[in-house]
Amino acid sequence: MSALSQIPAAVLEPGGDAATALYIVAFSLFIIGVRRGTHPTTAKQGNMIAAVGMAVAVVTTLLLDGIGNWGLIALGLGIGTTVGVVASIRVQMTEMPQMVALYNGVGGGAVALIAWSEIRHGISLGEEIPLDELIPVLFAAVVGSVSFWGSNIAFAKLQDLIPTRPLAVPGQQVINAVLLIGIVVACTDIAINNDDPSQAIFIAVLLAAGLLGNLVVLPIGGADMPVVISLLNAFTGLSAAAAGFALDNVALIVAGTLVGSSGTILTMEMATAMNRSVGNVLFAGFGGAPAGGGGGDGEERPHTAIGAQDAAIKLAYADTVTIVPGYGLAVAQAQHAIKEVANELERRGVTVNYAIHPVAGRMPGHMNVLLAEADVPYEQLREMEEINPEMPRTDVAVVVGANDVTNPAAKNDPDSPIAGMPIIEVDQAQQVIVIKRSLSPGFAGIDNDLFYEPNTSMLFADAKQAASDIAAEIQQL
Amino acid sequence: MSLMTEITIFVLAAFVGFEVISKVPTTLHTPLMSQTNAIHGIVMLGGLIVVGFADDGLEYVIGTIAIAFGAITSSEGFMVTDRMLGMFSKKPKPKAEGDGAGGQE
Repeated sequence: MSALSQIPAAVLEPGGDAATALYIVAFSLFIIGVRRGTHPTTAKQGNMIAAVGMAVAVVTTLLLDGIGNWGLIALGLGIGTTVGVVASIRVQMTEMPQMVALYNGVGGGAVALIAWSEIRHGISLGEEIPLDELIPVLFAAVVGSVSFWGSNIAFAKLQDLIPTRPLAVPGQQVINAVLLIGIVVACTDIAINNDDPSQAIFIAVLLAAGLLGNLVVLPIGGADMPVVISLLNAFTGLSAAAAGFALDNVALIVAGTLVGSSGTILTMEMATAMNRSVGNVLFAGFGGAPAGGGGGDGEERPHTAIGAQDAAIKLAYADTVTIVPGYGLAVAQAQHAIKEVANELERRGVTVNYAIHPVAGRMPGHMNVLLAEADVPYEQLREMEEINPEMPRTDVAVVVGANDVTNPAAKNDPDSPIAGMPIIEVDQAQQVIVIKRSLSPGFAGIDNDLFYEPNTSMLFADAKQAASDIAAEIQQL
Repeated sequence: MSLMTEITIFVLAAFVGFEVISKVPTTLHTPLMSQTNAIHGIVMLGGLIVVGFADDGLEYVIGTIAIAFGAITSSEGFMVTDRMLGMFSKKPKPKAEGDGAGGQE
């Protein structure tokens, strides 16, 4: 061990100017990397730049004077990199939400572990731990632990290991409040006794925060996952920044804050797109039958049902077609079949676009990735605000596996539970084809007025099957 | 570094973060999330410092797990982001596609 630790390379003084300068280089590369992410042509390069930043940060740390235990460091880096690389090659694009949730959790777990060993280190020195170090450590421990367990639950839900429906625990709010108060009290106790803090109390804090993470995410339904994943992303970022405060490391502070900002922005955007506040998502336990929303009389309202052949004719003789994919398309794995329809239409000179609602998948931007994987060109992936003004000039809008995000009641009926939610205004198109299994209501539990509009045709079928049939029919024309 | 200096850095970084990230289009939000996840792998520095200066059994274990966690997050994040962005930008060429290997640890 001693031979290995005498590395001839220039060693950097921990906390010295040279090390800090290199950390500044590292975080600058992160910021440049994220900034390049504004367009797909530069984003790939930006990602590389950020990866170089990471390499700079890691190498700088390894060059710190006095660092040892090379065997363990190599073991950790080796196992971690191998697992990460294999996972990144194997993961399917439909599985991206659970992967992001899982690695979010892993990152939060790392922060909680680091906080724990910082506390142990402080206790073993037997000196008073300064509060400007102790408080960030406690913050990092709590938020890291909440993110770790919360993300694991989110992963389990997305991976269908546990039911995606909201799992309510009786007395939920009370238990959460008690846990939170207990955590605050215990942390205060540790901070007051900073000359000799109790490790047992600290471990209790880690466990209580873990339990809180479980209990907060368990009652949240599958459709709210975009908000939850983004929020946990913000949490892990903040926990990393807190670890940076504790370790006096600028790279950690800036990188953590960057991740925290990103998570916060995405959380707010997702909540706005679902017309709900973050607090409502976390504490309302939605999805438990919002009693009698729409018609309520149980009678089926008149609607027009068509088959694949009729749909094919409508589409083939249109000039412009806009496809509105929803979560149902991802579930049915219909993205490749839809792309087939688009290919057939484009062969006939029809202009095809895709209108993507911000919450169309299970995480921010998920639907775009699924369509990009099916080779849909980036220019055809249109954002909601951009495509809505073009709707009146659209000949046919095809809604596949989407429901609430197309419901005109959001605009027209101020009493509707989804009133004010931004929607894709397919009702403005000349004709609408809705591919759906039945007339059943969507996640919000309310009837969709779109289905009964005179210019709407319903095609009752599985999305993937219907799309393949339509593509085949267009070929026959 | 004094606490106030660190808070200054934190606040400025938050403003920069909001400014930069709000310019990323919704279309690219999934790659953004996986890339920020990768950047979050920076926490492995904490693990490296813990293990590098540790002299007690439990710290070895905790720190090594923290390093591995950070390295997983980072390598997976950068590589999967690269894969995804490759899908967005492959449209010009007809059908030449190799899975761009590339992320660093």
